[in-house]
Amino acid sequence: MNRRNFINLSGLGVGGLLVGSIPVMGHAVSPDRLLEPGVDTAIKKQLADVALNAAKSRGATYADVRIGRYLQQFLFTREKQVQNISNAESYGVGIRVIANGTWGFSATSDVTPDGIAKCAATAVAIAKANAKIQTEPVVLAPQKGVGEVSWKTPLTKNAFQMPVKDKIDLLLRTNNAALENGAGFVTSNLFMINEQKYFASTDGSYIDQDVHRIWPTFTVTAVDRAAGKFKTRDALSSPMGMGYEYLDGLASEKIPGPNGLVGYRNSYDMVEDAALAAKQAKEKLTAKTVSAGKYDLVLDPNHLGLTIHESVGHPTELDRVLGYEANYAGTSFATLDKWKTKSFKYGSELVNIVADKKQPYTLGTVGYDDEGVPAKEWDLIKNGVLVNYQAIRDQVAILGGTESNGCCYADNWDSVQFQRMPNVSLKPGTEKRSVLDMIKGVDKGIYIIGRGSYSIDQQRYNFQFGGQLFYEIKNGEVVGMLDDVAYQANTQEFWNSCAQLCDKDDYRTFGSFFDGKGQPSQISAVSHGSPTTRFNGVNVINTGRKI
Amino acid sequence: MAILTKEEAKKIIDKVLSYAKADETAVSLSGGRTGNIRYARNSVSTSGESNNLALAVTSVFGKRSGTATINEFDDASLEKTVRRAEEIAKLAPENPEYMPMLGPQTYLNTNPYSENTAKIDPEYRAKAAFDSLDPCRKKNLTAAGYLEDTTGFSALGNSKGLVAYNRATSVDFTITVRTADGLGSGYAIRDVTDVSKLNTKEATEIAMQKALASVTAKALEPGKYTVILEPAASVDLLQNMMGSMDGRNADEGRSFLSKKGGGTRLGEKLFDERVTIYSDPTNPDIPTSAFGGGGGGRFGGGADGRPQEKITWVDKGVVKNMYYSRFWAAKKGVPATPPPAAFIMAGGNQSLLDLIKSTEKGILVTRLWYIRAVDPQTLLYTGLTRDGTFYIENGQIKFPVKNFRFNESPVIMLNNLEAMGKPVRIGGNLIPPLKIRDFTFSSLSDAV
Repeated sequence: MNRRNFINLSGLGVGGLLVGSIPVMGHAVSPDRLLEPGVDTAIKKQLADVALNAAKSRGATYADVRIGRYLQQFLFTREKQVQNISNAESYGVGIRVIANGTWGFSATSDVTPDGIAKCAATAVAIAKANAKIQTEPVVLAPQKGVGEVSWKTPLTKNAFQMPVKDKIDLLLRTNNAALENGAGFVTSNLFMINEQKYFASTDGSYIDQDVHRIWPTFTVTAVDRAAGKFKTRDALSSPMGMGYEYLDGLASEKIPGPNGLVGYRNSYDMVEDAALAAKQAKEKLTAKTVSAGKYDLVLDPNHLGLTIHESVGHPTELDRVLGYEANYAGTSFATLDKWKTKSFKYGSELVNIVADKKQPYTLGTVGYDDEGVPAKEWDLIKNGVLVNYQAIRDQVAILGGTESNGCCYADNWDSVQFQRMPNVSLKPGTEKRSVLDMIKGVDKGIYIIGRGSYSIDQQRYNFQFGGQLFYEIKNGEVVGMLDDVAYQANTQEFWNSCAQLCDKDDYRTFGSFFDGKGQPSQISAVSHGSPTTRFNGVNVINTGRKI
Repeated sequence: MAILTKEEAKKIIDKVLSYAKADETAVSLSGGRTGNIRYARNSVSTSGESNNLALAVTSVFGKRSGTATINEFDDASLEKTVRRAEEIAKLAPENPEYMPMLGPQTYLNTNPYSENTAKIDPEYRAKAAFDSLDPCRKKNLTAAGYLEDTTGFSALGNSKGLVAYNRATSVDFTITVRTADGLGSGYAIRDVTDVSKLNTKEATEIAMQKALASVTAKALEPGKYTVILEPAASVDLLQNMMGSMDGRNADEGRSFLSKKGGGTRLGEKLFDERVTIYSDPTNPDIPTSAFGGGGGGRFGGGADGRPQEKITWVDKGVVKNMYYSRFWAAKKGVPATPPPAAFIMAGGNQSLLDLIKSTEKGILVTRLWYIRAVDPQTLLYTGLTRDGTFYIENGQIKFPVKNFRFNESPVIMLNNLEAMGKPVRIGGNLIPPLKIRDFTFSSLSDAV
C-alpha cells in the first residue's frame, strides 16, 4: 500500500536508522533476477526520446527523463539463523518537465512508448496546473549536453554476483565470533544496492550509469541478568561505494589504535570486528560512569563522520538555507547574509571542509548527478570560513552562480530528484600526526569511537552526540573505558574549538546509508571522510538514569 | 482505480492458491492511490500522484519460505509468480522459528475508510494548499506545508483458509509558518480518515498565531520544569515507548521491561496510577484495520493475519501486556498478541487552555523534534522543542522562550504526571495534552 515497503524485525540493530525499519523499494524477485542485464542502452535512448519529444510537443520548455532499474539485496541474521533475505527490483520511468515556468513530475512503471508518452503528458499537465498558484518561476542554470556517455562504480567484485550462501556464511561466522567472545545476542546485516540508471534531457545528454553500494553491519549485545543491565556495540564498518571486495579484510587497510582498537580504511574485517565488539560490549557493562564536565575530545573518523554530516553537511544544503525544508527537516543557521560577509568563522583555521561527488570508494561518487551535471569537487569551508553551499540547477542563480554543483539525486525512478548532500569531508592535517601522538597531548579528555545517538536542532545550532566506545584520557594516556557519555555543543563553537588534526594516513570515511529528507521522504547515501580530530573544552553530560 | 472489493480480491487470491504446490501458500494483495502536494516559501514546490496494485505470494516447504511479487494479473503471470515463489523457497535456508500459517480467523468490524477521502483529486489538493498559503501571504508570513492522502485496500488469503480484507483512507497534513524576519515559527499537524474533517485554513491559522507569538523569545536557564506537552509534543515519545514493548526483548534481558535478576516487569506498576494505555481497532475516532499492524499500520497487511483486538497495555500504571511474535509466544506459552496499529491514552476532560490556567509556572511545548534514543535500557531520549515554546505564569502565557534540548524518558515522564486533558487524534493515535513536572531540559538552542 505504502510507496515504500518496510522490513521490521525484532532486535534489528542497524545503528538507529529509521527506528528499526528498513526501506525496501520494488518487487521481491529471485537472486538470479538481480544478475540479468537490464534493457539495452540503444532501446533506452529511443524510449527517452519518446519522453522528451512528448513533453516538448505539449509545451515543456525543459524535460528530463530517468529510466531506472534499482536492485537491492538485503540479508538479515541473528545468532545462528537467517531472519530474512530480501531481493528486490524496481523498474520504471520518471519524467520531470518545466512548463509555464513551473516544475511537473510524473512516473510510470509502464516502460513502453505509449506509457512513457502518457506519463510525459501528465507531467506537463501537473506543471501547468501548479503554475496557476505559483509565484516564483523556475530559473534553471544552463548545462551543456554531454552526448552519449556512461559511468560505472569501479569495483573488482560485484556483490550481486557473489553466491548468497557465501554472504550468509560470512554473517553467521560474524555472529559466531561475537557469541564465542561473550555476546548474549548478535544481529548482522548486509545491504547491497545497484542503481542502473539512464538519464536523458532536452539539453542533449544521454547518460548511462551503473552505481554500486554496500554496507555490512552488526549489533552485539552483552547482558548481565543479575545486575539487570545490557549494553550494545555496533560494527565499526562504513557503508561504501564499492563491491564485495570491501569485505576482503586486507591487513594493509587496518589502522591499529590504542587498547587493541582497529580502524578500517577501505577494507573491512567483519569477523575480527565482531569478536572485538563482544569483548568491548562486556567491558561496557562495568565501565565507569562519566563525570559531567568539560573535556577535550579526540574523535575517531568512524564517529566524527556523523558529526560532520549533521553539523556541516545539512546546514550547507541550499534548499534548507532557503526554506524549502522548513516544514520537515528544518532550515539552517548558515544563512546567506553570513556567507555574503566572506568572513563567517564556521570553524578554526584548521577546518577545511570539501564537498565532492568524485572521491574513490565513497557513497556519493557518480559520473553525473540526476540532472545530468558532471561530478565535481568544491570547497564549503576554507580555513574556517564558510565559502559555499550545495546547490543544484534550479537554485544556483540565487547565489549569483551560473553552474550547478552537481548534487541532485532521486532515490528511485518514481521519486522526483532534488538537492541531496554530496560527500562532505574534513581534510586531514598537513603535519605528521598519529592518534597516539594526539592522545599524548591531552590532559583531560575522552576518545570516542563509532556512531551512537545523535540529535540536532532544526537550524543546526545545538547538537548532542553519543558514540559506541568511550575511553578516558588522563595526562596523555588512555586509562580505561567510560559509559553514559554524550557531548553537547553549539555547531559554531564546536568547530571553532577544533585544535588538532591527524594526517592523511589516518584519514577514513564514514557513511550514512539511509539518510532521509523531503516529503514524501527519500533516502540517500553519503560519505564523510576525516582524520581523527581533537576538539578542546567540549561539554560532556552523563546520560545514566534509573527507571 | 486500484481499489478492489473484497470479492474481486478474493477471486484473484483463490486463483493464485489454485496454482500452489507448496506445503503452505499465502497470498497478499494490496493496492491504492496516494497523492500529495508540498509547498514552501509560499509557493508549491512538488505535487504528484501514484497508483499501485501488487500481489505477493509466499510459498513454504517445511521451514523454508520464499516470496515473489508481481503487478500483472493475467493467469500466466500469476502462475509464474507462484512457481517463482516456490523456487525461491526451495533455495532458502531453513528458518528454525517458522510458524505454520493461521487458519480462518474471526475479525472485528472496523471501518477505516471514507468515500470523501477516496474522491480527492488534484484540484482538491491545490485548493487545500491555497487555503493554507493565502492567509500567510496576506499577513507577510511564510508557509511551508505538506498534504498526503492515501486510499487503499489490503487482502490476505492462504492455503489454510484464512481470508482477510480491509480498505482504508487517510490524510496527513502538516504546516510550518515562519515570520519574514525568521524570528518566529509555528506549527500544526492534523490527520484524519475522512477528509471532510480536515480544514487546512484552521490548522494554518494556529500555526500563524504561534509564529507571531514566538517572536522575541527569551532565554530561560535549562533545568527541570513543569511542562504542558501538546499531543504533537508527546506522541513520538509515547510511540517509541509503545514500540519497545516487545515481549521477547524483555525476556532476553534487553528492554526497559526486563527485570533485574531475570524475568520481566509485566504486572509491575511502572507509571502514575492515572496512566492507562490501550488499543481498540473499532474506536470511531481512530479506526484501524482488524488485522495486521506492526508494519501494516492503518492499512493492515504486511503481517500474518492475526486479529487486532482491544488490548490494554498499561492499566492504572501497571504493565498489563506485551506483544509477541507467534514463535516466541508459543515458546513461552502466552497469547500471541500482535503489536497494535495505534494506541489510545486515556485522559481527562480538561482542554489545553484549562491545563494552562491551572499552571503556576511552566512551559507550553508545541512540538518535540529530532528525537533519538540515548539509552534503550532506561528509554532515555533526547531531542528539542520547536515551533512555539512559551513560558506560563499564574495560569497565563507570559512570553515565548528559546528552544530547549531535553533528555528525558517517557517512563520517568509518566511517573511525573500532574494532569491530563481531553485526548485528541495525532498520528493515528489518541493522546491527551499532558502536564508533567520535573521535565529535564539540559541545554538551550538558538534555533527558531
